[in-house]
Amino acid sequence: MSIKIENLNYIYGAGTAFEKHALKDIHLEIEDGQFIGMIGHTGSGKSTLIQHLNGLIRATSGRILYNGENIYAEGYDMKKLRSRVGVVFQYPEQQLFEMDVFTDVCFGPKNQGLPREEIEERAREALRQVHLDESYYRKSPFELSGGQKRRAAIAGILAMHPQVLVLDEPTAGLDPKGRDEILNLAAALHREQNITIILVSHSMEDVANYVDRIVVMNEGRILLDDIPGKVFAHDRELEAVGLAVPQVTYVMQALKAKGWDIDSSVTTIAEAKRAILDALHRKS
Amino acid sequence: MLKDITLGQYYPADSVLHKLDPRVKLLGTILFILSLFVFQSVSCYLVATLFLVSVIKLSKVPLRFMTKGLKAIFVLMMITLVFNMVLTPGTPLIRIWKITVTVEGTKIAIRMAVRLIYLVLGSSLMTLTTTPNHLTDGMEKGLGFLKWFHVPVHEIAMIMSIALRFIPILMDETDRIMKAQTSRGADFDSGNLIQKVKSLVPLLVPLFISAFRRANDLAMAMEARGYHGGEGRTKMRPLEYQRRDKAAYLILAAYLTAMFLANYFVKITLPAVW
Repeated sequence: MSIKIENLNYIYGAGTAFEKHALKDIHLEIEDGQFIGMIGHTGSGKSTLIQHLNGLIRATSGRILYNGENIYAEGYDMKKLRSRVGVVFQYPEQQLFEMDVFTDVCFGPKNQGLPREEIEERAREALRQVHLDESYYRKSPFELSGGQKRRAAIAGILAMHPQVLVLDEPTAGLDPKGRDEILNLAAALHREQNITIILVSHSMEDVANYVDRIVVMNEGRILLDDIPGKVFAHDRELEAVGLAVPQVTYVMQALKAKGWDIDSSVTTIAEAKRAILDALHRKS
Repeated sequence: MLKDITLGQYYPADSVLHKLDPRVKLLGTILFILSLFVFQSVSCYLVATLFLVSVIKLSKVPLRFMTKGLKAIFVLMMITLVFNMVLTPGTPLIRIWKITVTVEGTKIAIRMAVRLIYLVLGSSLMTLTTTPNHLTDGMEKGLGFLKWFHVPVHEIAMIMSIALRFIPILMDETDRIMKAQTSRGADFDSGNLIQKVKSLVPLLVPLFISAFRRANDLAMAMEARGYHGGEGRTKMRPLEYQRRDKAAYLILAAYLTAMFLANYFVKITLPAVW
């Protein structure tokens, strides 16, 4: 049970004056239950790559295996794939269109052809998961605040019961509170339901705090693919492609440069606290 | 998906034609099209062909970009051709069952086809060598005299350039929303007509909302920068005729004179068949 991308290439506008080789020889294997962060500069191919995962874009060459089945094979059920791999686009609140929040969340399961009771049950469950209170169910989506709208939109995908959830820049344009709510929601889904999560972001802090594997994209290629500690050890390479490592990693590196006996590969504040306390104990 | 459609179809190149004042190109295109319809003798078509070919050569735009426009009118052209050939009374040329193709009809049909092709080539040459913004600029200045008749020329030009600017943005938006709804299991392709129209609701509602939001944002941004309509507004790059523009007007005048002379004084007799 996994997603396997083999030798994938994608060329935009092939044969025109505006041809662009957006993805080059991508090899990637995503196992069930992973929490993956995907980072990269604007135009590095992140969004293009995730749109391949549920078949919205067809690769120019190469193949994608979902649970061992080639999704480009003749007669492959793309609709089914899309209910297995849920993609939440950037600014998903812009896709809301129904008269009220509840009906909008029902749109996905309705397209899956489920019976009415189950549709409504799933919608209620999804809205509970994103912590939207029942008082909002009958409100127009446009009366909600920015963070609430986004959670309603994510509920629309969750109601389809995906096994893999792809979130493209889910925190863009949200205040710190809204950002934490969304990221904690993703973490909870991963922890409690063992959903595979792919989090696309360019905030190093967001990624470092939550994920257990990071894929770094640059100019259509995968530059690095490892656990956060190891990826952020390549600080020079990351800076060269317009990225950075978490602030706290810089602090630790500075401490090490000052002669502290400390592990500079830590990426979250909690880890850093522990490492600094340990180092202080050892000193005294 | 939708990104493959190019609109405005400007082809960037470094040619005299690209640098020409848009007013010259606008007037030139209009006069060229008029000349095709006013003058009808064979010698005139020769002059027009010569003029068109040399202008196309000057533009440095590959010919295949111009012929793209021809594909769009192909069906229309075929219909006019057939109707002209069949419905014009005169000497029969070929008779198939009850349908008679006449000599006169064929002559008119060929003339019509040449005119249509030249018309499309001429006007696509203008849009290929002029950016949409330049074009509206040219219209605004060229039609400035209409202000005396209380026509809001500046406002109309502004509306046009904003509309042109929004086309690619809204295309991107449509593409994005379509993908987002497809991810939620929406199906835009299958079903009967009613189902298809219904399936557009999840696309159109977000699209309208975003269009209104963008329009609102733009209006705010324009007001914040002190926009108050055309009154007393100056341009960063005002259109001024250069030497090459004057030369272009002279060439245009020469072309029209040549057409006039060819029409009344040069007689080319075609072989006896005609």
